[in-house]
Amino acid sequence: MTPPLVEVRHLRRVFDVSPPFLNRLIERAPKQFLKAVDDVSFDIARGETFALVGESGSGKSTVARMVVGLLEPTAGEVTIDGVKMTGRAPAEDRRRVRRRMQMIFQDPYASLNPRWRVDRIVAEPIRAFGLIQGEAAIRERVGELLGLVGLHPDDGVKYPHEFSGGQRQRIAIARALASDAEFIVCDEPTSALDVSVQAQILNLMRDLQDRLGLTYLFISHNLAVVRHMASRIGVMYLGRVVEIGEGRGLFTGPKHPYTRMLLDAVPDLAHIGRRREPVRGEIPNPINPPSGCTFNPRCPYANDRCRAEIPPFLESVACHGYHERRIPTGPVELLVPDGMAALPA
Amino acid sequence: MTPPLLQVRDLTVEFATRRGVLRALDRVSFDIGRGEVLGVVGESGAGKSVTGSAVIGLIDRPGRIAGGEILLDGRRIDNLPPEEMRKVRGKRIGMIFQDPLTSLNPLYRIGDQLVETIRTHTDLSASAARRRAIDLLAEVGIPAPEKRIDGYPHQFSGGMRQRVVIALALSAEPELIIADEPTTALDVSVQAQIITVLKRLCRDHGTAVMLVTHDMGVIAETADRVAVMYAGRVIEIGNVADVVQNPLHPYAKGLMGAIPTLTGQERRLAQIPGSMPRLSAIPPGCPFNPRCPHAYAPCPTIRPDLTNYDRHPVACHLYDPAYAPEGVAA
Ligand SMILES: Nc1ncnc2c1ncn2[C@@H]1O[C@H](COP(=O)(O)OP(=O)(O)OP(=O)(O)O)[C@@H](O)[C@H]1O
Ligand SMILES: Nc1ncnc2c1ncn2[C@@H]1O[C@H](COP(=O)(O)OP(=O)(O)OP(=O)(O)O)[C@@H](O)[C@H]1O
Ligand SMILES: [Mg+2]
Ligand SMILES: [Mg+2]
Repeated sequence: MTPPLVEVRHLRRVFDVSPPFLNRLIERAPKQFLKAVDDVSFDIARGETFALVGESGSGKSTVARMVVGLLEPTAGEVTIDGVKMTGRAPAEDRRRVRRRMQMIFQDPYASLNPRWRVDRIVAEPIRAFGLIQGEAAIRERVGELLGLVGLHPDDGVKYPHEFSGGQRQRIAIARALASDAEFIVCDEPTSALDVSVQAQILNLMRDLQDRLGLTYLFISHNLAVVRHMASRIGVMYLGRVVEIGEGRGLFTGPKHPYTRMLLDAVPDLAHIGRRREPVRGEIPNPINPPSGCTFNPRCPYANDRCRAEIPPFLESVACHGYHERRIPTGPVELLVPDGMAALPA
Repeated sequence: MTPPLLQVRDLTVEFATRRGVLRALDRVSFDIGRGEVLGVVGESGAGKSVTGSAVIGLIDRPGRIAGGEILLDGRRIDNLPPEEMRKVRGKRIGMIFQDPLTSLNPLYRIGDQLVETIRTHTDLSASAARRRAIDLLAEVGIPAPEKRIDGYPHQFSGGMRQRVVIALALSAEPELIIADEPTTALDVSVQAQIITVLKRLCRDHGTAVMLVTHDMGVIAETADRVAVMYAGRVIEIGNVADVVQNPLHPYAKGLMGAIPTLTGQERRLAQIPGSMPRLSAIPPGCPFNPRCPHAYAPCPTIRPDLTNYDRHPVACHLYDPAYAPEGVAA
């Protein structure tokens, strides 16, 4: 069996979110820390699409940034193609691995240099890695890439601000494809796109995967998109992976009550005008998370053990209730934790 | 009879660029009634955001309104002097943009920003404005508003920040809210909260909303009517159930067919071949005709106008009895 391309082990990232030193002194406030990612482990096999889903603030982008090396983990390890990216592997090896990966960022506005013309933006990885020699050949390749993402080769002479939100995201995708990367981390690659362009981009990403054996780490809050793209899915809640499921299996047999809640919240086109089951409560304050299982204040099946003990990750899920076989099947009625108002209907 | 709250008539917006004048909106017309939510969908680059910006008078150079008119409550607002337009904006028309952080100043407490906005648009005293701010935060579902009002934006989660932005947009009790992808960056659970808040506003205050979003689920749940845009034009407009479940225009049909679902079995998503024309090369006739599987004689030459042939207005020759050979539209 070939080893996975990406191995993530016990990854953790803590941010210092203390008020400025002077305020702390005046208000006598202690230092404050936020655990954005805590003990996250998963593998990504070559040629597969592994997706991360979870509510806003659950730590998906933070994981992505650590995987591509944009952010130093507080603890834990990322190994790509056998090279420890976080350890003391020779810098030469790490560089070799780095140039084979690319990231498409969640925010296309921030990730494109506003003073560069689009053709220069897309050509940047080609030039940086010396992938193609000769200006004419580079220009041709850039035109081809712009065409692939549904823009026109002549759009290369424009600047990012002359494009709509979705068009800018396509420029970012063209740039990622320009690098000939084998591993692409996509953070909400299509949430700024309308569904028809989204379908084009997702189909293109799958075609490239089939043709070139690309591997994707795919982050999206759109569960229908994730279901369509991913071979395996990790569900994150408050910095932890609470469940990992095989593709569509997660949608037919979710184990964690949180996964079920996410699925119930998906709007349904067949029921126009119907209000969907409102999600109860919110992600708790990550600076001061609940003890035990962090989902316990919202979970109808929580008991004393859930409030005290962090559930281990067994049978692809971190849930005492599941491990103890005491969670009934069927829809989940979530609780409204104390001090957290439910939205008036 | 009172006129609809917002009337947009033949709105045309152009950008002067080094490569010539680009027409981003071409004779766009639609109405929004009081308490109504109009969803606006369409290909990325179709002109949805430009339409919203034009209504709130925020088209900046090199762009300009080159034709048409915008009426709020029967009075033109597209030709107001900048000073008066500033009063309309914020007071009578509120805005919610995609990224809550651009609308909130990270250095000021939430409450200060609310109080300042309220006092700009009303003559409430500082303490009355603060009470009103707390009420607004409660109204958008922020728990313990009297405590949270003194927090800074970064102390709120993404969904709560977006609700604060809604509170800000509401602070002057506007008659119309332009919401440009207010839930795009948010996950389904936060999305559901924002939508609940918007719907309640329409119901309780009669506020009208122009809701731009790519998320057809959000549209299905929130909108009363939907306008579909393509290449700077409105190509179909009608009741949400009609347009989403039985679209008429071939582009709208393709758009609705491309929505991924939680139950579909297909390996590839349905997609519309080709891409939207660039603004510098919009084909004559129907702008969709080069991609349209049903294009026929009049399509490449005669521009179809939004016309109510049958169920709801559509800009497509397939439905025009003057041209349509029988059975093409099916
Ligand atoms: N630089 C930073 N400083 C302090 N806190 C941070 C920083 N970056 C992220 N966080 C916090 O870490 C947590 C996880 O953030 P992250 O951006 O990874 O979430 P996410 O799952 O990608 O959410 P979204 O779906 O909204 O993009 C959040 O509570 C966020 O506020
Ligand atoms: N400052 C500008 N200069 C030139 N063209 C512009 C400018 N701003 C917008 N445009 C063009 O106007 C058209 C409409 O843009 P708009 O932002 O309204 O699209 P949109 O429908 O909101 O798309 P999206 O769904 O991607 O946000 C686009 O083709 C865009 O390239
Ligand atoms: Mg993120
Ligand atoms: Mg837009």
